[in-house]
Formats: sequence, C-alpha cells, structure tokens
Amino acid sequence: MTLNMGPQHPSTHGVLRVVLKLDGETVIDLDCDIGYLHRGMEKIAENRMYTMIAPYWDRLDYIAAVSNGLVWVETVEQIMGLDVPRRAHYIRTILTELNRIASHLLWLGTHAMDIGAVTILLWAFREREEILKIFERQFGARLTCHAWRVGGMPNDAYDGFVEDCKRFVDYFPNRLDEYETVLSENRIWLGRTVGIGVISAEDAVAIGLSGPALRGSGVAWDIRKSRPYAAYAEMDFEVPLGENGDTFDRYLVRMEEMRQSRRIIKQAVENLPDGPVNAKVPKLIKPPAGDYYHSIEGPKGEIGCYLVSDGTQQPWRMRVRPPSFINLQALRQMSIGHLVADVVAIIGTLDIVLGEIDR
Amino acid sequence: MFLFAAPTFIDSLLLKFFSEPTVNYVVWPFIQIGLVIVITTGWVAYATYLERKISAFMQARLGPMRVGPWGLLQPIADGIKLLTKEDFIPEDADRWIFFVAPYIAVVAAFIVMAVVPFGPDWAVITDVNIGVLFVLAVSSVGVLALILAGWSSNSKYALMGALRSSAQMVSYEVSMGMAIIGALMFARTLSLSGIVNAQASNSIWFVFYQPIGFMIFLVSGIAENNRAPFDLPEAESELVAGFHTEYSGFRWSLFFMAEYAAMVVVTAVATTLYLGGWYFPWVYKLELAGFHSLYVAVSVFVFLAKAGLLLYLYFWLRWTLPRFRYDQLMDLGWKWMLPAALINIVVTAIGVTVIQGLNNPAGLRTIKSLETGLGLTLSGKAMAIVFGFGNLLVTAGILSLINWRSRDFNLKKQRRQIRLVDPPKGRPAVMPVSSESPS
Repeated sequence: MTLNMGPQHPSTHGVLRVVLKLDGETVIDLDCDIGYLHRGMEKIAENRMYTMIAPYWDRLDYIAAVSNGLVWVETVEQIMGLDVPRRAHYIRTILTELNRIASHLLWLGTHAMDIGAVTILLWAFREREEILKIFERQFGARLTCHAWRVGGMPNDAYDGFVEDCKRFVDYFPNRLDEYETVLSENRIWLGRTVGIGVISAEDAVAIGLSGPALRGSGVAWDIRKSRPYAAYAEMDFEVPLGENGDTFDRYLVRMEEMRQSRRIIKQAVENLPDGPVNAKVPKLIKPPAGDYYHSIEGPKGEIGCYLVSDGTQQPWRMRVRPPSFINLQALRQMSIGHLVADVVAIIGTLDIVLGEIDR
Repeated sequence: MFLFAAPTFIDSLLLKFFSEPTVNYVVWPFIQIGLVIVITTGWVAYATYLERKISAFMQARLGPMRVGPWGLLQPIADGIKLLTKEDFIPEDADRWIFFVAPYIAVVAAFIVMAVVPFGPDWAVITDVNIGVLFVLAVSSVGVLALILAGWSSNSKYALMGALRSSAQMVSYEVSMGMAIIGALMFARTLSLSGIVNAQASNSIWFVFYQPIGFMIFLVSGIAENNRAPFDLPEAESELVAGFHTEYSGFRWSLFFMAEYAAMVVVTAVATTLYLGGWYFPWVYKLELAGFHSLYVAVSVFVFLAKAGLLLYLYFWLRWTLPRFRYDQLMDLGWKWMLPAALINIVVTAIGVTVIQGLNNPAGLRTIKSLETGLGLTLSGKAMAIVFGFGNLLVTAGILSLINWRSRDFNLKKQRRQIRLVDPPKGRPAVMPVSSESPS
C-alpha cells in the first residue's frame, strides 16, 4: 500500500511530503518530496546588498533565527576582515545559546507530542516563552529577530539583560529535570525510542549529518569546539555523545546540550566584558572578490554559508549549507523496516525545519 | 425533603392516569431511560469540559475561560458549533455505511447504561440477570462502528485506523472478559445489581479480593475505549484522526460523544464490579434511620463520585503518557494482559475452593451464607484478601518468566548513557570516536 503522508499532515513538521510504501504497517520504501516552501532565497540574495540579505537568513530556520543570522554576519565580517569587539562576541554567544535552548525546547515538545506525550509541548513552550521575552526585549521581535549587523550588533544589551539571563539560568535546570522525569524513565517512551532509527557513525558521516543527529551516533564533531567562532574559544563546556545512534540517544544528547548551553550562558553572563559592541564598518559593504565558506554550529547542525564575491555591493553567489536538508537525507535509511509510527518519531528526532530545507 | 419524596409523589400521580402494570413496566422505565440519557449526555458533555480543564491545569494553562463563568458553558457552545457545521461526505464514500456508522457507535455506547445500577431501589433501570454478558456483548458492537466508519470513508488513514482499532479492541476484549470472571466467582451472579448487592451485604469491595482483576479491567477498558496511551486508532500524529478522519460536523461529534460515553460506561462498570458500585460503608444507616429516598440519592452520588475518580484517572493518564506503538500494544495485550487474566482466574478459583474447603461448621467458619454472593466471615475475607494480593506476586513472577526474553522486557537495561567529551579546541577533524578512545 502506498501511503501519502503530507504535505498536510500533523507530524511532518511543516510541508514535508513523505510517500511511504507499506507492507501492512511496515515501511518497505520511503520517498521524500520537498520544495513546497521554496522561495528561492539563494537567488534573491544575488540581487540584494550585503546588509539587506540578513533578514532572509532569519526565515530559513525560523526557529533558530538568531543562530542563522550569525552565520551571515560572521561570513561577511570574516571576508572583510572586520575586528568585532569582544563584548559583541559575548552577547552573540549568549543569545545564540539561548536560541539553541529555544530550538531544542521546540524540538522536545513536538517530538514528544509526535510520540503522544502532549503535555511536554506546553511545558517546553513555557520555558521557550522566557527566552522569547529576552529576544523581544533585545531585538524587538520574537521569532525572526534580525538580530545582528555586520560588524557587531544594532544596539547594546538592554538594561536588565544580565539579570534576565541569570534568572533563566537559575531555574532552567529544574525544569529540564522535570521533563526528564516524565520521559527518560518512562517505559513507553523507552519502548518508542530505544533502537528506533539507528544510524551508525560511518553512515552518519557518509551522509553528512551534523549536529545532535551526528553526535547521537558517537562522532565528536562540534564546530563550537573544532573551529571556535564568537566567544566559544573562551568558554568551558563539554560535548555530549551518544552510543547507539538511535532516537533515544539523540534525545539524551539534545537534553544534555541544553544543560551545556546553560553552562555557556552562565559563564558568558558572568564574564561579560565592557566596551563597544560595534566595529568600524565602512558605509558601503564591498567585500574583496573571492569565495569564502564559514559555518557555525546551529541548533540543528552545521549551518554554513558559501559566499562568492565579485567585489561589488552584491554577492555573486550565496549558497546555504542547510543542516535540516542534509539531515533529512538519513530519513530513508533510518525508517526502512520500521512501522509507520516510527517514521513519525524519526522525523521528529531529525529535528527538521522546512523553511530551511526548501529555502 | 420534597425532592426526595418526589418518586412516591410522581408514582401516585401516574397511577391516576395509568393502570398499575402500565406504570411499573412502561411509564417508569421511560422516565428512567429519559433521565439516564439526559444524565449521560450531560456527563459526557461535562467530561469533555473537565478533560480540557484538567489537561489545562496539568499543562500550566487555564483551559476554556470565555464562555460563561470559568468557561462552564463551553460544551454547549461546542455542541452548537458542531451542529451548525457542514456535514461533509467524501465523494467516493460508501454513503449508507458512512451515514450509519456514527449512530452505531453512539447507540452501542449509550445502551450499556441501561443495565448499570446507579443506586439501590429506583435508581436501577433494568436488572438483567446476565448484565455482565450484556455489557461485554454490546460494547463489542462499538468495534463494528469503527470498522464501518473506517472502511466507508475510502481513505487510507481511516482504513488503517479502523484496522488498528478492530485488532486492538478484539484483543483487549478477551482479557477484559477474563478479568471479570474472578469477580464473578465472588459475586456468584451475572446481574450487575446482584454484584453490587454481593459487595454491599458483605461490606467489602471486590477490588480487595481482586487487585489484579481490577488492574487488568482498567487497562483493558482504557484500551477498549481507544484512549491514550492506547489511542492508536486515532493516533493524531500518525493517522491524522484515524477512523473518523473524513467525518465532520455532527457526525464527528457523535463519534466524539461515543468515545466519552464509552469511557463513562467503562468507569461505571469498573465501579460496579470492583469498587462496590453505589455501596459505601455507613451510608446504609440512613436507610435504617428511615430516610429511604435520601439513602438512594446519597448512594447515587457515591456511585457518581467513584466513577468520576476513575474518569479522572483516564484524563491523568492521557495527558501524562506517550503513546504505545501498534506492535507493543499487541504485545501488552496478548503477552501480559491475557496471561495475567488467566493466572488470576486460576488463583482465584484455587482461593475460593480453599476457602470453601476450610469451612467447617464445627471449627473455622469461613463462609456465612451463599445467598448474596460468597458471604465470607472475617477470617474468610482475610484469606481472600491474602490470596488476592499474593496473586500479585504470582502473576508478576509468571509474567516475567513468560516475557523475559522479549525485547521490551527490560528497557532500562537497554538504554545507554551518553558520554560527555571535551574535544581539543580548534582542531578541525571529524573522527568517528569508537568506544575506547574518546579523544
């Protein structure tokens, strides 16, 4: 039987269409159909000036707009050789880590809801709301923040930013423990996640997975460590690694990542340096000709920007390395042989955002 | 007091218009049926309200607040909305079956209420002497509605939902029926009123004799109602809405009502079988003091309170637990529930035989009388309770023996802890870290 899942389906996280070939309820083949959200952003970027492209990046992975924005501004900064002040780096670190927590919370809620635990969604949103409040106060927007400017930040951290972050950092671990008491030891949760969607380390590297999906298989690859950007070189944190590469490991990895993110925020807030938040930026941004690649560790994985500049005000070509798109490629391998219910769990565990897949 | 005198007052009023047999066998039943339908519908409507409120409080929300004070009129608003919605029928649907299926569901769910004793005396509508069989038989008809709905919708999601639900309900029906047998051995009757009387006259709830039976009945009941964590047939994240994917408007609301009515029914039957129905200690003193109607009313209240508590358990489970997978559900049904129910029957039978065998008119008296159920003396009750709770150990032992090889037996042992590593900074190297060298 061929079952058409999506593009309008409650648990394909947007407009993903999955064509399942079923034998009873067992998946024997699977085909992903994407492109329902294609907006041609990479092409649009070729006709925009460098400062005008930044808001488009917010709309790729709209759940992690702050992280996405950082890729773009850092790429342009590095290609132009701008020296961003330390305070700006620290604030960027804090806010991207907050964004990582927000994104992981949304993942946790929707993933748990796909598997049937609805209450977790609302609990996760409760904490996410606190983060979004910080974003709103800082950027004036909650979702698509347009957070950064080339060379620094649009404005300094608002009054009370440090206190807000500290308050969040203080109560967040208890809430995380609360989620873990509901899920981690739960027999049904274990039954639904242990041994589901296994992908070995070799396969994961071969497909090009990144982020928690890769670390769940036990590959120690984290760009915050291997090619530190922003202020990560000065932070002390650890990278959680799974062992089996199944859904449960990825769940644990993401839960632990939230704890580590909190640790980074705590350090950064405590050591927040004074000073300006903007570098000296020329009025007209005209990077030298050449091509450049920069990537950061987004919440979903390695989000990168490949930029070809011909020395004019507009890039000659901009290419996004979208983590969700590449992570989605593992769906077929992970799902074959499992049941329909597991496909839903696997889509959830890959943590995809269609805005980024289709661009 | 006027309120409680009402039945006699109405009775005398009716006798002016009809002959006595007509009043007793036609008019009163109709009044009771009407009352039960009204009460059950109201109960169902407010069960949805309560579910929304309870889930809201569990999820740090407020729930419905706008319609009436604390949103109390929300169910009525919902009803009006559903009634005025378009009744959409898919093009290639089997129209007649599509039409009929919701009615079967509602009728099957509501009709069981006819045999449930809400209280003593006039609060019983019909006392069928095979009440338990009637409950089981009629609630199986509910499956038919689901299959027909799923089949006639001409949608793959609906069909899969229907297949799942039929498999699920059939397998849990078995263990549900088996679980009841233990309680019947103590009650010695199939009439639901008789079962309550057996508990009331012996001043005990069967849940103490039958802890395992009660658990199996509850779990099977939840599965039978397709409620979370067993809500696979309508698993929203996989099958959109399962068998009622294609239904809309009032027909959809009929399915919805049937689901809640089935829940109410299962809680009512569980209360009757295991929690003593309307029986509560010391309430009978009202009867002795001469307040008959008050006694009946308090008993009805006791019944509703017990059923309400079980209903709360339903909500609680639904908003806490994730959903089972289809094969896990079947595993649970056939490899855990059914063996447990069979073991329960055997152990209960042995227990009852032993208690009866020990009954010695000269020495140890275990049995008082056999008129209403198995009338046990204090020592007999103690033995039955020991057997009941000893059964927990026996069942746990045998079930582990049966299942210890299965994959899902000890999941906690299978879960792996994650490791925390601190890779060196600034080294752009991807390395598949094997377990011996976390660099």
